[in-house]
Amino acid sequence: MTYIAKPKLRHPGLAKNKLGFTHRDYEGRISTLCAGCGHDSISAALIQACFELDLEPHRVAKLSGIGCSSKTPDYFLGQSHGFNSVHGRMPSVLTGANLANRDLIYLGVSGDGDSASIGLGQFAHCVRRGVNMVYICENNGVYGLTKGQFSATADKGSKSKAGGTNADSPIDLVSLALVLGCTFVARSFSGDKHQLVPLIKAAISHQGSAVLDVISPCVQFNNHAGSTKSFDYVREHNEAMNRIDVIPARTEIKVDFEPGTTEVVRQHDGSYLKLAKLHKDYDATNRAEAMAHLQQRQAAGEVVTGLLYVDPEPEDLHTHLGTVTRPLNRMGEKELCPGSKALADVNAGYR
Amino acid sequence: MKPTDTSNPDYFHKVVDCQWACPAHTPVPEYIRLIAEGRYSDAYMINWKSNVFPGVLGRTCDRPCEPACRRGRVEEQPVAICRLKRVAADSKDDIRDRLPKPASEKNGKRVALIGAGPASLTVARDLLPLGYTVVIYDQDPFAGGMMRTQIPKFRLPETVLDEECGYILGLEPETRFGEKISSLKSVLAENYDAVFVGCGAPRGRELEIPGRQEAKENIHIGIDWLSSVSFGHTTSIGKRVIVLGGGNTAMDCCRTSRRLGGEDVKVVVRSGFEEMKASPWEKDDAMGEGIPILNFLVPKEFTHKDGKLTGVLFQKVKAEGVGDNRKLLPTGEPDLHVECDDVLVAVGQENAFPWIERDIGVEFDKKDMPKVDEVTYQSTNPKVFFGGDAAFGPKNIIWAVAHGHAAAVSIDLLCNGHDVKVRPADPHTIASQKMGIHEWSYDNDVSMDLRFKVPHAPHELTLRDVNMEVELGFTKELGFKEAQRCLNCDIETVFEKNLCIECDACVDICPVDCITFTENDPEEALRTHLTAPTNNPTTQELYVSDYLKTGRVMVKDEDVCLHCGLCAERCPTGAWDMQKFYLETAQACGR
Repeated sequence: MTYIAKPKLRHPGLAKNKLGFTHRDYEGRISTLCAGCGHDSISAALIQACFELDLEPHRVAKLSGIGCSSKTPDYFLGQSHGFNSVHGRMPSVLTGANLANRDLIYLGVSGDGDSASIGLGQFAHCVRRGVNMVYICENNGVYGLTKGQFSATADKGSKSKAGGTNADSPIDLVSLALVLGCTFVARSFSGDKHQLVPLIKAAISHQGSAVLDVISPCVQFNNHAGSTKSFDYVREHNEAMNRIDVIPARTEIKVDFEPGTTEVVRQHDGSYLKLAKLHKDYDATNRAEAMAHLQQRQAAGEVVTGLLYVDPEPEDLHTHLGTVTRPLNRMGEKELCPGSKALADVNAGYR
Repeated sequence: MKPTDTSNPDYFHKVVDCQWACPAHTPVPEYIRLIAEGRYSDAYMINWKSNVFPGVLGRTCDRPCEPACRRGRVEEQPVAICRLKRVAADSKDDIRDRLPKPASEKNGKRVALIGAGPASLTVARDLLPLGYTVVIYDQDPFAGGMMRTQIPKFRLPETVLDEECGYILGLEPETRFGEKISSLKSVLAENYDAVFVGCGAPRGRELEIPGRQEAKENIHIGIDWLSSVSFGHTTSIGKRVIVLGGGNTAMDCCRTSRRLGGEDVKVVVRSGFEEMKASPWEKDDAMGEGIPILNFLVPKEFTHKDGKLTGVLFQKVKAEGVGDNRKLLPTGEPDLHVECDDVLVAVGQENAFPWIERDIGVEFDKKDMPKVDEVTYQSTNPKVFFGGDAAFGPKNIIWAVAHGHAAAVSIDLLCNGHDVKVRPADPHTIASQKMGIHEWSYDNDVSMDLRFKVPHAPHELTLRDVNMEVELGFTKELGFKEAQRCLNCDIETVFEKNLCIECDACVDICPVDCITFTENDPEEALRTHLTAPTNNPTTQELYVSDYLKTGRVMVKDEDVCLHCGLCAERCPTGAWDMQKFYLETAQACGR
């Protein structure tokens, strides 16, 4: 926690994006999290990604639940919409918001407690419905706000700061998302922005549910020897499947790479994901293979990161429901409240 | 790049741009903090120790510190360092009991100082407390030199100068004022252990164009005229005055003219307005008093009638080429005649040493300047030292002070039988300012205020009285606000690589994107992959750590660091610390 506000003075040579903003224009208030928290690095990566994508801040909505991670939307995109919801209930609030206004870009920010414990059901349903959002789980494997108990994502056998050993099996949100039919599944590490920033950009450009599990060491309660979510452990065991580059829509793309080393995925919005393969036999567009590969690697003790699965032609909730394309706030009263006769017709349709 | 060697004090000293740029290396941020705390006497004493004339310099310094100020690189204007110095001088209590006392015992060594200007007085101040017998010669009856004779009293009140010269005269030197030296040989014959020449650059450059002799009654050499005004010999001037020259002396001449009856006063310069040597604020002050500055006019002839000046004829010119190839070429337009009653010639100053014999071991170069060592200030005669304008030509008071300190060190070394070339190290300290998890001994919150203007007395009053000070100085309240603009560059960011866990917290929080964790490279390549591009690579260095656990290095670009300490506040392991670097230059009296 810091007393002073971050000085407004900035580097005179800062790059500006197409909107004329510097990355500092995407900042929020100063963080109240512990010094060195991985979550702050994720906030910085989100700032960088939104800056690089030339996003207009008013087109973004940040929603979160409860916990250290869920406080972070206050610390980035200070000019965007925000909603700090109930514990574990971010997915349903976000789903509602998305149904009402499909034109916004939705960032759902959650943590391992908020998503894998109290909100596990919400997580599952939101993902299986294909809500067009970026679901970021800032995963530190520990209940930081209550001083370091194991969370549901803590690995079996890992040690707590107080000395206890975790006997329970972990919930792996990445595997779960794959099983649930999620169309964009990735994992990254807060300590590797070179990987994280492009993944966030890819997730934002993905027109469906995008789950991003970001391992984020808790410097206070989960950064010791014996922890599997510490800086040292993750750096030692990090196995990246690929390196990703997001190429915006309407950019001419040159295909001059050796086959088998790079894969280009054209996304629905016209952008491309250029994947530099670090594992030759890993195919990020094959769900079954991805699941098998992930299980094998994880069994070998590796922390698998990168873009693990992407469906280039995702479907989202609005497609499933056949909703109108216009956001509700741009409709008139007549369209929104068509009157009792229209209601009677709807009811009649169910008889 | 190799890891930065921070054990060399120059590294952290350079980060304190203002102090590094100051010839006397005054610890600027430290005294500015003391001003903000209301500890004016303490702030004054830091200045007094370093630059000897805080009250004078707080009004007249050429401020090499201000263009260097880091604040000027992150917003529009630097901190008003010079005028803050004046706040300390104006608001201090009686500090006389904090000054050194005259030596109770003499050490038997005798030193002669020629000229009683800032350089000589600095030497006197540094040597007198050590027991030296110091004899100061000056042609004028008072101490102060050019500070008294050339700087008008509306910029520097006599009381301020008297006070600060008085502190040195209180150390009881022997003064031989009103005694003009006509032979250095005869001074040396008095068996001094050392002689310091601090006689300034006393000769105003002439302008030999037609009409100079015929109209000489109304053509005056600027510095001589200012001196005459200062001593009360000259009290009036014609209504129409032309000042030739674009330096600070010209500005003093035109503004003084306005106060002695000049109603239509013009400054005319040969080259462009931008190329003028005068400090920008001096130009502003002159123009603010209704004095136009005409440029690209080369004086051709003084016109006269019946032995009386009638005006000056100018050729119109334009500049072509840049740098060394820049030339002033006639435009071909008809010459311009400007009528006037008096002309003040302020086109430069020269050194003149007709009184130094050429057979006493003091060698002179081709330009007829003495050969002086730039570190020791010793001439080719080991007993004779030079300083101030006498050493390397006209500069400013703060340079004279710096020369004086260094020459005093040399004289002290010489008189004790040491090699003058083996210089004492500058004493310095560096210490953590951490008071708590996020508390520092300094106010790290960065003020967003823009530079405050120093209030001036109204023209109706100041133009009527040549002795009335124009600038009123910052009030204590304004002084506090201006002091808060200082970025505390002496509170250094110190990195301990063994404690770093590479969590990126410092990178993320830094408001000016100074910090990068990256693969190591040679400097040129490294500068291309920093978090923010570097646009000032020549003045500030990169602070590079040794290899970290991941094989990367920490690189901090010192250029625009705000010294806000957020990197250290957000660091979970204390790998970053804010440490105050304090350096005073070595002085003879501190030996």
